Amino acid sequence: MVGVTSYGAYIPIWRISRGLMGKGLQGERSVAGKDEDSLTMAVAAAMNCVSEIDRGTIDGVFFASTTSPFQEKSAAATIAAVLDLRSDVFVADFAGSLKAGTSALKAALNIVKAGSARQILVAAADCRLGEPGSVNEQAFGDGAAALLVGTEAAAELEGDCSLFDEIYDTWRRDIDLYVNTWEDRYVYSSGYLKVTKETVLRLMNKMEVKAEDVAKAILSIPDPRRGVELARSLNFDPKTQLQNSFMDVIGNTGTAQPLMLFTAALEGANPGDRLILASYGSGSDAFLFRVTDGIKKLKGRRRGVEAYIARKKVLKDYTTYLKWRKLIKLPQPRIDMAVSYPSAVATWRERNRIYPLHGVKCRTCGTIQYPPQRVCIKCQSKDNFEEVRLCDKKGKLFSYSFDPLRENTPIGLVNLEGGGRILLELTDVDAEELKIDLPVELTFRRVDLRREDGMYVYFWKATPVRD
Amino acid sequence: MAGVKDKVAIIGMGCTKFDEHWDKSLSDLIVEACYEAFDDAGVEPKDIQAAWWSTAWSGELGIKLAYPLKLNFIPITRIENRCASGHNAFIDACYAVACGAYDLVLVCGAEKLKDTGLPIPGVSDPVELYTSRVNPRFLAVSAYAQLALRYFHHYGIPIEEGRRILAKIAVKNHYNGSMNPKAQFQRKITLEEALNAPIIAWPLGLYDCCGITDGAAAAIITRADLAKNYRDDYVLVKGVGLSCGMYHPQVQDDWSVTYVRENVAASQMAYKEAGIKDPRKAFDLAIVHDCFTIHELVIYEDFGFSPRGRAKEDVEAGTFELKGELPVNTDGGLKCCGHPVGASGIRTMYEVYKQLQGKAGQRQVEIKNQRGLTHTCGGNPLESHAAGVVILGLRGA
Repeated sequence: MVGVTSYGAYIPIWRISRGLMGKGLQGERSVAGKDEDSLTMAVAAAMNCVSEIDRGTIDGVFFASTTSPFQEKSAAATIAAVLDLRSDVFVADFAGSLKAGTSALKAALNIVKAGSARQILVAAADCRLGEPGSVNEQAFGDGAAALLVGTEAAAELEGDCSLFDEIYDTWRRDIDLYVNTWEDRYVYSSGYLKVTKETVLRLMNKMEVKAEDVAKAILSIPDPRRGVELARSLNFDPKTQLQNSFMDVIGNTGTAQPLMLFTAALEGANPGDRLILASYGSGSDAFLFRVTDGIKKLKGRRRGVEAYIARKKVLKDYTTYLKWRKLIKLPQPRIDMAVSYPSAVATWRERNRIYPLHGVKCRTCGTIQYPPQRVCIKCQSKDNFEEVRLCDKKGKLFSYSFDPLRENTPIGLVNLEGGGRILLELTDVDAEELKIDLPVELTFRRVDLRREDGMYVYFWKATPVRD
Repeated sequence: MAGVKDKVAIIGMGCTKFDEHWDKSLSDLIVEACYEAFDDAGVEPKDIQAAWWSTAWSGELGIKLAYPLKLNFIPITRIENRCASGHNAFIDACYAVACGAYDLVLVCGAEKLKDTGLPIPGVSDPVELYTSRVNPRFLAVSAYAQLALRYFHHYGIPIEEGRRILAKIAVKNHYNGSMNPKAQFQRKITLEEALNAPIIAWPLGLYDCCGITDGAAAAIITRADLAKNYRDDYVLVKGVGLSCGMYHPQVQDDWSVTYVRENVAASQMAYKEAGIKDPRKAFDLAIVHDCFTIHELVIYEDFGFSPRGRAKEDVEAGTFELKGELPVNTDGGLKCCGHPVGASGIRTMYEVYKQLQGKAGQRQVEIKNQRGLTHTCGGNPLESHAAGVVILGLRGA
C-alpha cells in the first residue's frame, strides 16, 4: 500500500528566548545557525530520512519551502546531488504557501500510486523572517522534515482531501523580506479555522471516520490557542488527540511544520493507529493515514523531532540573531579571508567532491583520499581509483584550532571512520567542547564566501555527535 | 649528481633593517640592500651578469628588480616559493654559477607588506589555481597551533608545560634580537610576558608568532675560484636542499602532524652534499624558520639537532642559546627580525655570512666548525611546506 515509508526531521541546535525578542509569547523558538538555510536544513532532514534506505529505489526528490535560498535554481536538485542519487531522478520544487509541504507529499503519494515512481523523497524546510520585534518573528521557528513515500508503508494513505482558498491572510510579495499578516481575528476566523476545519470534515465524511476513530490529529498550528480551538471544533480532545505543536520550544516552522509534526506523531504511533494530517496555507491539504506494522522497523533508527528538541544551545542575545539573518549590516573586515571568489565553473567541476563529498579509494593499495586524486599519495598508482561517498561517515577530530581573524570559528582535521581525512570547519560547537578525538559527524552548510558575487556556496562542516 | 659544494662563493651581502618602513617603497628597500652588497663585494651593478629575484607577494616579473637598480637588460628570474622563496632563488643562482653559465650573479629578496595590510599567506589555495573555494581557509597560525597540539599530544606533554617550552624559545630569540640593530623588535622579554601575552590561536600566544614586516636582503655570488679576486674572507656554499610537500597532511590520512617532513628532506639533501654526519656538532650556528615557536621546536628534531620528542630537554638545557652548544637564531630569528617573506631567506644567509666573518658584534658566536646552517620554510602544517636549506662555510670547513 502507498504511504510513508520513512521519516526524518531536523531542528537547528540554536534557540532564542522569546523574551529577548520583545514582549509577548513565552518560551523559545529555534533559530537556524549562521551557516544554515532552508536548503541545508532540508538536506539534514533528508539524510536522516534515508539513512539505512536503499537509495537506488528513490526515483524522485521534492523540496518544499517558502524560503528557498533560490528564486531560480532547483534546491531539490541540490538535495538529490547531496544524496548521491541517480541522474534520472525526477526533482521538483514546491513553493507559494505554507501548504507546499503537503502539496509535495500529495503529489508524491499520487505519483507512487500511479506506478510512475517506486519511492519519492519529500523534504520541507522553512526559515521565515518576521519583522524585527513583531509577533511573527517570535512565533516563527526554523526547521525541516522529510518523508519518504513508497509502497511498503509504515503509514499507509487511506484518503485525502484538498481545498484551495483565495485569501490575503499571510503573504510575502516578491519584493518583501518579511512575512505580512492581516489583523489576526480576521485571519483566524475567515482563514485558518474555517478552511482547515472544512477540509478535515470533508475528508472525515468521505472516509466515514469519526473523531473518536482518530488516534492523533496532526494540524498546522500557527498559534497554540488557535490550534486547540480548531481541534475542539472538529470534536478532537486537545489533550489526548491533538499532536503537540512544539510552539513553546520550536515555533511555527512554516512549510515544514505539518511534516515535522507528522514525524513526531509517527515516533509515538502504534500499528493500527489512524492519523489525520492537515496543513494550512491558501487552502488546506488533509490526509488520513493508517499506521502499519512497518512502523516498528523505523522506530529508534533515525533522529526524530524529540531527539532534536532535546539538544540545544541558547543564543545569548537578540543581536546575534539579527546578525545571523543578515538583518544588521556589518562592516566588511579590513582583512578579507575570502580573497578568492566563488567560481560557478569550479563548483560545477568539483560537484562530486562537494555535494555527496566523494573521495577516492585507491584500487591498488586501498587508501581513501580526499579531495579526489589522479595519483595515489601512498603508492603513486595513476588513475586507478573508485569514488567513495564520505558525507555519511562519522569521524574523530584529529586536531583543531581557531583564530580571531576567522572570528574564532574552529577548523580541524577530521579522520573519518573507515579511512580518509578531511580538513573542515566546525560548526554548532563552543571552543570549550573541542578536544582531540572528539566524535564528529558531517553536516551540509552554507560557506560564507563573498555575497556580492551572487552565489551561495555550500560545503560540509563537522559538528560534534550529540546523540 | 653534481652538486654545488665548494663551487660557489658569496662575496658580498646586504640587508636593510627589517621594519615597518612607512617612508620607504619596495624600490627603496631593494636599492639599500643591493648597494650594501655591491659595496661589500666591491662590484658595480654593471658587473652583474644575471639576477635571481625572490618575492612572494611584492611583484611578479623581473622588472621589479631591474627598474630600481637599472640592471642593463640582463636575465632576471623571479622565484616564488612562499617563505622559502629566498632559499629557492639563492639555490637556483648557485646552480647557474656552478655550471659556468655566469661568473657574477645577484640574488635579491624583498617584500613590502605593510602598505596594504597584508595579503594573508594561507588565503590562496596552494594546490589548485582555481577551485570552488569551499574548503576552509585559515591563517598559518591556526595550522601551527594544530601542529603544537598534535606534538604535545603525541609526546604526552601537558599543554601548559608545552607553552612554557615555546615561551623559552621566544625569550631566547628576543634576547638575541636585542643585539641586532637590523631587527624589527630589539627588546628582551621575560618568560612571564610571553606566557601572559594574548592568545592568537590556542595554544600559541603573541610571542609565539613572528611579525609581518618590510625588508630586503641581497647576495652577490661568484665561482669559488674567482672569489679570492674580490675578498679573502668569502663564504662558500657547502650544501643545499629544497623540498616540497604533497598536501600529505590532508590527503594522507595517517600523517602524524608532529613534524615537518620537508624540513627533514631538505636538510638531508644539504647534509649529504656537505658531508655532514652529526648535525648537532657540525655547525657554529643555525638560522632557522621560527615563524612560530612550535616550528623552531620541531626544526631542532627535523634537522637532527635533538632526538625525536626530546627537543624540550635541549631547550631546558639552553643548548640553542647564544652561549649554548649550538646557537640558533642568533639574529633574533623571524621572531625579532620580522618576516618580509621573500627577503627572509637571504637574511638568514646574511647572519651566517657576517658571523663566519666575525662581524656580528655583540652577538658574535665562537667560530670553530666554520659552518653555519640557514633555512626558510613556506606553507603550513595543514597543507604542506616548501623547505629550503643552505649550508655556508669558510674555506677550511
